[in-house]
Parts: sequence; C-alpha cells; structure tokens
Amino acid sequence: MARDRTIRLILGVAAALLLTGFLAGGFVVLAAGTDGELPLLAILTDPYLRGVTLFTLEQAALSTLLSVIGAIPLASALHRSRFPGRSVVLRIFLLPQALPVLVGALAIITVWGRNGVVADVGAFLGLPRFSIYGLSGILIAHVFFNLPLAARLMIAALDDVPKESWKLAGQLSFSPWTTFRLVEWPAIRTVLPAAASLIFMLCATSFTIVLVLGGGPGATTLEVAIYQTLRYEFDPGRAVALSLLQIGLTAIILTVANRLGGSDAGQFGLGGRATRWDRAGPIRRGYDAVVLILGLFFVLSPFVAIVLAGITADLWRLLSEAAVLDALFTSLWVAFTSGLLALFLSVLILLGVEALASAERRMTLTMPLPRRALEIAASLVLVVPPVVVGAGWFLGLREVTSVFSAAPYIVVLTNMAMAVPFAVRILGPGFAAAHNRYEKLADSLGMTGFRRFRLLDWPALRRPVGLAFALAIAISLGDLGAIALFGNREFTTLPYLLYQRMGSYRTDDAAGLALILGVVCLALIWFAERTSAIEAKAK
Amino acid sequence: MAYSNFSFNLAGLVAVAAAAGYASSARAQDGEKPVLTIYTYESFVPEWGPGPKIEAAFEAKCECDLQFEGLADGVAILNRLKLEGASSPADAVIGLTTDLVPEAKATGLFASSETDLSPLALPVDYNDDTFVPFDYSYLAVMVDTEEAGDWPKSLNALVTGDSEQKIAIEDPRTSTPGLGFLLWMKAVYGEDAKAKWEELSDRILTVTPGWSEAYGLFTSGEVPLVVSYSTSPAYHMIEEETERYTAAEFSEGLYLQIEVAGMLEGTDTPELARKFLDFILTEDFQSVIPTGNWAYPVIDGVDLPEAFDKLIEVENPLYIDPETVAENRQAWTQEWLEALGR
Amino acid sequence: MSDPRPALKLDQAVFARDDWSVTLDLELMPGEWLALIGPSGAGKSTLMDMVAGFLPLTSGSISIAEEDVSGKGPSERPLSIVFQDNNLFPHLTVFQNVALGIAPNRRVAPHERGRIENILDTVGLGGKGGRKPHELSGGERQRAALARAFLRRQPLLLLDEPFASLGPALRRDMMKTLRQLRSEFTETPLTILMVTHHPEDARSYADRVAFLDQGRIAHVGPVENMLGEAAPEDVRRYLGSQDHSRRLDAI
Repeated sequence: MARDRTIRLILGVAAALLLTGFLAGGFVVLAAGTDGELPLLAILTDPYLRGVTLFTLEQAALSTLLSVIGAIPLASALHRSRFPGRSVVLRIFLLPQALPVLVGALAIITVWGRNGVVADVGAFLGLPRFSIYGLSGILIAHVFFNLPLAARLMIAALDDVPKESWKLAGQLSFSPWTTFRLVEWPAIRTVLPAAASLIFMLCATSFTIVLVLGGGPGATTLEVAIYQTLRYEFDPGRAVALSLLQIGLTAIILTVANRLGGSDAGQFGLGGRATRWDRAGPIRRGYDAVVLILGLFFVLSPFVAIVLAGITADLWRLLSEAAVLDALFTSLWVAFTSGLLALFLSVLILLGVEALASAERRMTLTMPLPRRALEIAASLVLVVPPVVVGAGWFLGLREVTSVFSAAPYIVVLTNMAMAVPFAVRILGPGFAAAHNRYEKLADSLGMTGFRRFRLLDWPALRRPVGLAFALAIAISLGDLGAIALFGNREFTTLPYLLYQRMGSYRTDDAAGLALILGVVCLALIWFAERTSAIEAKAK
Repeated sequence: MAYSNFSFNLAGLVAVAAAAGYASSARAQDGEKPVLTIYTYESFVPEWGPGPKIEAAFEAKCECDLQFEGLADGVAILNRLKLEGASSPADAVIGLTTDLVPEAKATGLFASSETDLSPLALPVDYNDDTFVPFDYSYLAVMVDTEEAGDWPKSLNALVTGDSEQKIAIEDPRTSTPGLGFLLWMKAVYGEDAKAKWEELSDRILTVTPGWSEAYGLFTSGEVPLVVSYSTSPAYHMIEEETERYTAAEFSEGLYLQIEVAGMLEGTDTPELARKFLDFILTEDFQSVIPTGNWAYPVIDGVDLPEAFDKLIEVENPLYIDPETVAENRQAWTQEWLEALGR
Repeated sequence: MSDPRPALKLDQAVFARDDWSVTLDLELMPGEWLALIGPSGAGKSTLMDMVAGFLPLTSGSISIAEEDVSGKGPSERPLSIVFQDNNLFPHLTVFQNVALGIAPNRRVAPHERGRIENILDTVGLGGKGGRKPHELSGGERQRAALARAFLRRQPLLLLDEPFASLGPALRRDMMKTLRQLRSEFTETPLTILMVTHHPEDARSYADRVAFLDQGRIAHVGPVENMLGEAAPEDVRRYLGSQDHSRRLDAI
C-alpha cells in the first residue's frame, strides 16, 4: 500500500509538473530570447503599471464580491423553487463559460447598453438613460459570466445538505430567515472560497470585457498591458515580467484568502432533487418570485439576445458552408481531445493530492503545504496569460518543426490546461470524501493498483465526470486565446471563424455562428450531465 | 450500461476526429510545384476576401502554388516574423501598413523589391525600395444615419460637438485604426492634440481593443459613430444593399492609410517572390481590391463599382510619414493615455 | 378499537407514486406506545412521513388529537420527531440545537434557559451544552435530539429508528432515558409511534406492535400476541430473518 501511494503521488506530481512545465516552457523560451535580465524592478516602480495593477485587483475583487453575493439569493431561491424548465436553466448556467467573450459582451450591451432593453424600459418610465461604460459595465459583464458559476456551486452544496435538516426546518417551523441562517448559509459558506477564488482569477485576467465595456484606457488590466507589450512593443522580457507579476499577485491574494476563508474545496454538482418542507408563506413565495425573475432575467436575457440576433442570420447557408462545417468539426475534435486530456490529468493530480491527504491523516506528513502546492499549481493556470505561453512555444517549436503543423497540439494542450482547474474542482470533493471513508477498508483488504482505482476511486468519479467533461468541452469550444495565435487556414475553430467574419463586416454570419456555437455547447452539456445522471441513478 | 454507451460514443468521436485531423493535414500540399508562402491578415484569406482570386490569377501565370497564411493583423504579421527570424517559412508578406515600415526594416529581414513603382497613383508621393503598396484607404468616421440624425462635418465639430452623440474608437495600443485615429488627431492638431483628446473624451462611448468590437457596437445600433474607413459604406451598399451607413466627410481631410507588401531576405524562391511583388501593380491584382478588400486600388485604370462613386472624394489626404510615427509613437500614445486615462 | 378519542388516526390514508402505494388504517390511543416493524421497503418511513406531513396524502385522512391535519404542513402538526441521523445542526452547540425546540426563530429568553439546562441534565448531557455535535458520541447526539423533542411538549412523538446505529447496551440506556423523559416532561399522556428493527425494544417498552408489509398494515396487536409464540406466520418469518441477520452482525 505504501508503494501504491508512492506511485499515486508520483503520478500526481508528474501530472502537475507536466501542466506547469507546459506553461513554464513558454515563459522560459520567451525569457531566454531576451538579452539581459527581466525588468521586474522597473515594472514595480512604474506609476502607470501601478495604476493598472490597482485597477486590475479592484475590478476583480468587486466583480468577485458581486458575483458571489448575488449568487446567494439566486441559488437559494432556485434551490427551493420548482418550475418548468428549471433543469434547462441550470444547464444554461454553465454556458457563459463557453461563450466567446466578445459575443457575451455584445449580448450584454444589447440588454444593458445605451439602446438596450433596460434603457428602453427606463426611458419609457421617464428615467434618464444610464451609461454602463466604465466600472459598472465591467462589473455587469463579469457578474453575468460568473454569477451563474457561483450559483451552480452553491446549489450543489445545498443538494448535499442531509434531508433530515430540511425535515427539521419544516417540523420545527423555521422561519425563512432561520432556515437560511441554520441550514442554507452553512452549506453555501463551504463553497464560498472555491467560488470566490475561481471567479477572482477569471476576472483578474479579463481582457476584452475590460476594454470594450471599460469606456477608456483608464480601465486597463495587467492582461491588456501584457498583450500590448508583446504585440505592439514586442518586448518579451517585459511581457514575462508582467506575467510573473500577475501570477505572483494572484497567488498571494488566493493564499491569504484561503487562510482567512478556509479550504477552497468546492463542487459544481448535478442539480439533484432535494425535497424541502420549510414553510412557504406568501411573503417568501413572493420574494422567491422576485429574486427568480430578476436573477433569471439578468442571466438569461443576453442569451435571448444571442438567439434573436442569430436567427436573423442565414443559418442554413452557414451550416452548408464547407468552412463552417470544417471549423465545427475542428472545434469538436479539439474540444473532445482537450476535454479527455484535462480529465486524465485532473484525475492524476487528484490521486497525488489524495495520497498526500492520506499521509496527513496517518500523521506521516505534518504539514498540508505539499498538498496545497499541488492544488494551487492546478489553479494558477487560470492567470497565466495564454498569449505569453503561446508565443513562447511558438519560438521554441519553430526551431524543431513547422509551427503550423504543431498548432493543433499546442491549442489542444492549452485548452486542456485551461480546463484542469475546473475539472479538479468538480471531481475533487467527491473523490476526497470517498478516500476519507473507504481508504482504511481498501487498505485492510490489501487492495492495490488498478483494482483499487476501479473499486475505490472510479465510483467516486463516475457521477461528476460527465459534468467535468461538459465544462472542459465548453471552455475549449469558446476559447480564442490559443487559437488566435496558432489558427491558420488549415486549422480553424468556430470562435476563430466567428471573429474572422466579424472582422470582415459579416456581423450576421458572426451572430449565426454564435448561435450555432451556443446550441452545440448546450447540447454537449445536456448530453454529459444526462449521461452521468442516468448512470448515477442506475447505480 | 448508459455509461458504457457514453464511453463508446466518446471513443468513436475521438477516432473520427483524429482521422479528420489527419485528412485535413494531408491535403496541404498541392503537387510538386514550387510553393510561395505569403503571410497576410485574416480577412484577406476567406473566400469573400481578395486572397482566393489573387491566388488563382497569380497561379495561372507562375506555375507555382501560392499559399496565403492569415494572421490577426499587420502587427501580428510583423511579430510573427520577429519570432521566426531568418528561418521563417514565409517568402513574402502582404498587409503591413506604412506605419510599420520603419520597424519592419529595422528587423533586417526584408529584401529590396526592385519593383517598378512608376504605375503607382497614390494620393501622396511614395518611394520605398523595399515595400510595394497594394491598396489604400482613408480612415473615416462612419455614421449610422438612422440613429445619428445630424452628424459632424469636421474633426473639430466632432471634438467640440454634442457629447451626447457618442462615438466608439479603437485603442491605439492594440489596433491599426486606433493608431490611425491617433495620428489623424495629431496631423490636424499637432501640439494641441492632448487638449483636444480631453475635449473629445466625453463623447467617446468606449475604446475597444480592435476594429471588430467597435464596428459590432456600431452595427448593433449601440453607437451612431465609429472610427472605420471611408470605403466601409461600399460594403453595405453592395453586399447588404443599404445606404443606412455613410462615412462623414471631414473638412480637415481624412487620414490616409497605405497597405504594403514585401519579400523576405530568407526566401528560398526569391524570383517567385519578386514576381509576386511585380504582379501587385497589375490590373489582374488591383481589380480584386475594391470589393475584395474594400479599399482603393493603387494604380489608375481599374474599374470601380458604382457604389464607389458615392464614397467621399478626399481632396486633402492627411498623412504623417512613417519615420516620424515610429519616433513618436510611444510619446503620443502616452499623451493619449494621460488625456483619456481619468 | 372504537375509542372515540384517538390520539392519532389514519383513515384509509393513501400515498401513491408511480407504481407504488401505501394504504393505511391505524388508531393510537392517548398515551399509547406503538412499535412499527416490517421488512425494508414495506412503507415504514412513508408512514412516518405521511404522519409528519412530509408526504401529501393521495386520499383518505389523518387526524391528530381529533383534528384533521391532512392538509396541514409539517410545522402545523402537533408532534415531534427524532430521526436516525443528522438530528443536530453541526455548526450549532448542543444547547442551541436543543433550544430550537422552543425558540426556533428567536433568541432564548432568560427564563427558558433553566428549562433547557434541566432537560439536558435529565438526558445526561449536563455541562455539555457548549459542545458541538462532532464532539459528542453517537448516543449523546441522539440524547440531545430526544431532549429537543420533549422540550416541544407535543402530544405525539415520532421516533424513526432513533437508536438503530447504537449497540444493544447503549440502546437499552436510551430507552430508559426515553421512559424517564416521558414521565417527567409530559403533562398530557404522550403517544409514541416508533419505527424499529429491534423486536426486543418493542418487547420491553411498546404497548402494541404493528407489522407493515407491502404498503399495508398486515397485523396489529398487543406485544405478546405479535412477538410471542402465537405470532402470525409472516411476522414470525420476518422476525426469524432479523435474528439471523443480527447473528451475522455479531460475527
């Protein structure tokens, strides 16, 4: 068994090294190409960059706060309400992750912009037209992209509350506030660190939203500065230094937040069916209705905008174009391949994490630092600028092979790396619980090797694996970071094609492609979640 | 049971996908003819862009296989070359703006063109031994006539006018038209540019990373004015048959943007590359430009579609020579940042 | 069975879902203690959920103390429940958990504190009020749950296998505590409906036993008739299988 755990630990560390190595490889090549040292000091003392850094952190912190706080009432109202279409809504909540950011931003503007639905209704009511451009626009967009994610995490946590708690709430006639305080909040609280850290990383590296909705160069994030440095000034040393600043700052903030907020274990869950018996008086029904109408309007309205814009496009012509079908096909295989690789790598990392957790339980390891390091290595991927990694690999690869023939591999690997933090979070908690519960049993029975994996690990992964896969696919389908550098005529994905059409006046085509992308993605999420739900039920 | 189906489906899809990937990489080669690889920007390549027609026309003459590789934009092309250095697989590039020429020359990667530039009919004098212009256009403020009502007739009216009528501009740090508009302001206002930017800032709805985002805001009705090109209305007239969108004629003149092509020192087919540069200044190439790239041809005698008659006729083009731009770009961008950076 | 004042009456109470249903007729007199036995899947938990109001009736009616509660929610029924697990909220102290019995939605008033301390003493948790549930043993947690149930002073107590996960000695202790609570903390006679897998619990404390099978009450009668030599054939078979499995457990 000790040997078994060593093997698992080695696998986990190897997977984490592969992941960080892939990312760091880009940095190393890029940094090696510069003469002299990294201008770290110059960056830290530059007043312009100080402003950029402050703004990056400010908007990320505010976005995180609003997403998480807004998700709490929405998640609890969604959890206790039953209405037709609820399961579709929960699936749509994963969709923002698959939306190319520009598509999402334009959809938000259709709803919230100067000539948007909200402003029109406001004008009808005699209110002045408000402008979302500036910090408010950035926050609205970030909340749109991330609040649903937080809500899904929270709903999963609420589904994990034992049924007796809901029965007690009903039997002891808890008021809605008491139910929240004693049952819902303690459950929601457990996923706050996971939700907050994930969202913070996603918002800290925001680029397109910040520029389009920020209203001016006053709203600039580090990611924008990195892009500018690499593309317009072509200063790889500075780009690497800026990236290190971004990664370092985020790591520090997450570590501190983890210290303060507890573990960042969190899971997305599948939206089970907890039955609840807490009192549903008219006031709370009314409150729920208001929260649901507002919340669902907020989350769903941009999707309605995408659908309405998309159906005006000539969808049949698009779907019969060879270029579109080619791109769709490429997108699908890239997404499937990177999704599978992300799952594989995530499981290996989790095996390592659990081997360390087990050592902690058996007191052979007294500090949680190595496990933490492994977990953080799997998360920080989100704040590594893909443009730097891509450029680095580009430089490195051209020494040995044709860059264009390597493009698919780099894109698949980058998408894989982006999905790992999500997959680890989805698969982790159930995996940890299973180890906690059955590890001694497996040890005492002398279960080792593949048999142990099949009987102990796999059952814990089986249920959430569909969701992890769905989200990994969604992330890859919507990705534009890697493909923007490596895409070419022979290797085109749907978002790449979409941007290409937008860049040549063909906005109708782009709207149609956005709709196609969304539908494909929703179908995949539905397929993955349904398959794993059926599987769990059959079990 | 359900799960095994799921795994099966997965395995099947991956297998099919892998096969497709193999098939698509296998069709890259086109026989034994010499291959001429040209880097360009994305919108040059698709079937509606100028790429395919130019490829067909050139291949009819050259007994070669012309392959365009589309990158994000002119800046991306230059960066790609810097990344690849002398070992670049590219033989030539097409799609840099003249603003990038000093930087491109500084890399030492380009060879002199030896092209006879005498057919050129550009609005400004041009002589450069390395880069061959292939089209030009003017930056212009596009107007959505349904949303705008009245619109500014000069840059000054734009700067001083009603700040409730908004404009979307592009970021000069990340885009070509963004840099172009910065230069336009500089060409008109010189030392006063910073103050004028401050004055204009209230009217700016937002500053987008690229042309696509700004133009998307414009066509979705969010903003009535956008920085684009004076040839943009031609697209809407010809492809969408609408005159809703028009370019505003500014009394100070419009800013000229010239796009150029060049061949690389490291090419393994220098003759073919040179032949291509010569081909640029022929009617076969230039006739594709108006409706392919939505820009003006650089030689006389090319038939323009009717819609082009309705475009602004620019009497006094504004243009800052590339060397001056290269020297001052950082300082001017900084000035812009300070003016708008609240 | 025709006393005019039953404490609990199930009158053709039906709960049906998909291809499964239970139909129940049952009367409990005030102060009576009925043990509910039967194979798993027979509908014991369904019966409890129907009485508690967690499952809506498809037809028929349920009355508690002669009041028809069929249409009422769980909080409006005059009863208390102790479950097998998860009776306590993990983030509240024992004291706070027990206090939920009298003041679920407000702070405990000073004059109520004494009552809570008192009942904690009775269940043997004196001085442990400040602890969190995870610091208690399984038996202690169930004692706290019992304390809360009695604090509510309801005429009907539902016990859903409350001691199933405890060993025999501990279980006997608990039953003793339960009896003590019943005599000290109830003014009106307390009626108890208890689901159990342990016939000996029923034998020692219950007045009557009901045997549930396939969604119906197959037999109901005094303890000696139901669990003794004269027990009906199907009950004997069930008890036999229980003994068998318990012997296996012991091994």
